[in-house]
Amino acid sequence: MTETIRTEALVKTFGRTRALDGLDLVVRAGEVHGFLGPNGAGKTTAIRVLLGLLHADSGTATLLGGDPWRDATELHRRLAYVPGDVTLWPSLSGGEVIDLLGRLRGGLDAGRRAELLDRFDLDPRKKGRAYSKGNRQKVALVAALASDVELLLLDEPTSGLDPLMEDVFRQVIREERRRGRTVLLSSHILAEVEALCDRVTIIRDGRAVESGTLAELRHLTRVSIQAELAGPATGLAELPGVHGLDARDHSVRFDVDTEALDAALRQLAGAGVRGLVSQPPTLEELFLRHYDRTGGDRARDAEVTR
Amino acid sequence: MSTLVGTGKLVRLILRRDRVLLPLWILTFGLLMVTVVASFSELFPTAADRQQYADASAADAGFVTLYGQLHGSSLGELSVWRGGFYPVLIGLIALLTVVRHTRTEEETGRRELLGATVVGRHAGLAAALAATLVANLVLAAVVAAAMAGQGLPVAGSLAFGLELAAAGWVFAAVGAVAAQLTSGAGGARGIAVAVLGGAWLLRVVGDVSGLSGGGLSWVSWLSPIGWVHRIDPYGGERWWVLGLVAALTAVLAGAAVALEARRDVGAGLLPQRPGPATAAAGLRSPLALAWRLHRGLLAAWTAGFAVVGVVLGGAGSSVADMVAGNQSLEEVFTRMGGRTGIVDAYLASVMAILALMAAGYAIQATLRLRAEETNGRAEPVLAGAVGRLRWAASHLVFSVLGSAAALVAAGLTTGLTYGLSAGDPGHQVSRVLGAAVVQLPAVWVLAAVAVALVGLLPRYAAVAWGVLAACVLVALIGASLQLDQWVMDLSPFSHVPRLPGGSASATPLLALAAVAAGLGAAGLAGLRRRNIPAL
Repeated sequence: MTETIRTEALVKTFGRTRALDGLDLVVRAGEVHGFLGPNGAGKTTAIRVLLGLLHADSGTATLLGGDPWRDATELHRRLAYVPGDVTLWPSLSGGEVIDLLGRLRGGLDAGRRAELLDRFDLDPRKKGRAYSKGNRQKVALVAALASDVELLLLDEPTSGLDPLMEDVFRQVIREERRRGRTVLLSSHILAEVEALCDRVTIIRDGRAVESGTLAELRHLTRVSIQAELAGPATGLAELPGVHGLDARDHSVRFDVDTEALDAALRQLAGAGVRGLVSQPPTLEELFLRHYDRTGGDRARDAEVTR
Repeated sequence: MSTLVGTGKLVRLILRRDRVLLPLWILTFGLLMVTVVASFSELFPTAADRQQYADASAADAGFVTLYGQLHGSSLGELSVWRGGFYPVLIGLIALLTVVRHTRTEEETGRRELLGATVVGRHAGLAAALAATLVANLVLAAVVAAAMAGQGLPVAGSLAFGLELAAAGWVFAAVGAVAAQLTSGAGGARGIAVAVLGGAWLLRVVGDVSGLSGGGLSWVSWLSPIGWVHRIDPYGGERWWVLGLVAALTAVLAGAAVALEARRDVGAGLLPQRPGPATAAAGLRSPLALAWRLHRGLLAAWTAGFAVVGVVLGGAGSSVADMVAGNQSLEEVFTRMGGRTGIVDAYLASVMAILALMAAGYAIQATLRLRAEETNGRAEPVLAGAVGRLRWAASHLVFSVLGSAAALVAAGLTTGLTYGLSAGDPGHQVSRVLGAAVVQLPAVWVLAAVAVALVGLLPRYAAVAWGVLAACVLVALIGASLQLDQWVMDLSPFSHVPRLPGGSASATPLLALAAVAAGLGAAGLAGLRRRNIPAL
């Protein structure tokens, strides 16, 4: 089986709110898949459908070869989940929660548990009430990562972690990939997704708007070019695919579609290149392309928190 | 006074948040008193009717347990006596209100959000107390107006309004102190409710002992609930008791402020100890988790019920003494079934009261399920290899068996203490235990109502408390209002055989059990199908 998760045209509504509006999502076995979108785009709803906690109104979802709603209990033996907002039982210590959650899904690697506690610098003896947000997150992370499972569903797992811990998290996720585990990593932190993920799905208003490898997605976007020239550049303005041209005497600055990059560089070379800075599109720009255009939509998204 | 800056604004916040609840309970008590007065004047139109009823009722130990002592037979005195359990209910509302606006705010972190603004250290506590105290004065005014509006003397009406408010005042302050002690709101509520329960028990012991001129009648004076009963509206009002109440309220409020000054925001005075670094080998199932979450509550309820059983069982011997020592009421007693009949009637009333309380526990335990869901703690469990029914069952075990454990504990201790005083413990224990056990199907119906709400209408799960409140009202005043039988029959507790002494038939018990099973199954079926969390 090469696909760990597949959803097709998944729809989930809450009253009049359409949290998922025909979501297509494919996560291949062994990959770290970034699930990217702003707050309220439907990431958590999608993960809860995959966990069989929510029942989709229409569409199909397959998880580890089973039906996430019907086969929930069996499937849950093979996956671990870290919720976006971790709350712990006030009377249980962190260590107890880690062991309990591990046992509920069928076992915990004691050595790995100790190693992770050490690396995440987490005191397992504190009671649930006494942990900070970041430490509650670590409890859930250690419980998930120390479990011997095929699939990790992580819903904004680093939202409360400090930069040092985020670094530990990245290392650990890379190790998980080397062990052949599949990871679905929901996030709105672009740098994290860029650093970790093989493939990315961008979700907006409950629908996938882009999906592919980072390289593929970048291909769809513009490279930004800044050049120092020997003479005035000509012909750039006429080229299709060049945007935002800002030409001074001996310097130009513009954005160019990937497919027009070759032609644009020829024009520059004709004028004699003295210096060249080319910036590949960041995920951020990709993201903004989908979200920044429509301020109205974003404001609406912010109200839909499921 | 910089520690009180912002109190006014916080009071407004409390009034905004409680804008439905606060008027609702105030008006409810006003309306209840109107109906009580109206029904008494309709049922007993002449002074002679009332005198006859009063003579019989004043000697009924079950009534004294529930309502307190009856001193006279005027319409006002009868009505106030019938409202004799209201001080406990109002005390409960007051302490819950204060804890909810202080410790719960801290526990959820909202206090922190406010504490970073221009709000003094004690403003939150002061605002919660001020709002609750003033609400109780409004209650006093509403009740006084309702009673006076029925043509009762103004002084007595005011005294009764203030009697209710006085209970609210003392227990608002008790809630304020309890809120300083623990870092969790649940613990604070537990401490305050235990104090309230203790105060009620002291009142019962004193009053029941007083029936037979017993030596323990002074015990009522140890209890703030006993105090407010001694205000004696319409019967020569003792206004000075209100001074006692005000003083105690002030002392407790001062103590709460002093305690709050000594601790950090979010922390309790009772320290948090670190827990084990690894879980015990047994903590590996939803049931084991539920046991960890429920055991404190279960132990507290079971112990509380056992203590109540000891006290009320002990009071049973006072009831017997009363019958033996009172020649003038002999005719009344004979009509009530003689010595055995009266004690049995008393014990049956005790069991009926305990059953309502046990239903409170059953609902509380059931709603843990919903709390786990809304707090986000159900999600990680259900994301494990745990089916929904197994998860639900792990909590419902405690509503079903926990309420049984509490009632059995109370039945055992009541039977044992009464049996020891009556000289045949073996016989009494089995009789009283039977009386406790027959309550269980009705208790389970209430638990099942909560399950059905959680499964089918999760947003309205708290309505289960409203159902219990309706059952309590039917039990407290249904008979005196002469409600239609079908209204009485809506409460499952109306179908429980009156034991000991009465005749028990299995049919109503089986019917109740079937209703409980049906409601529970419907709720679980809903839970299996619906979204989790359903927000």
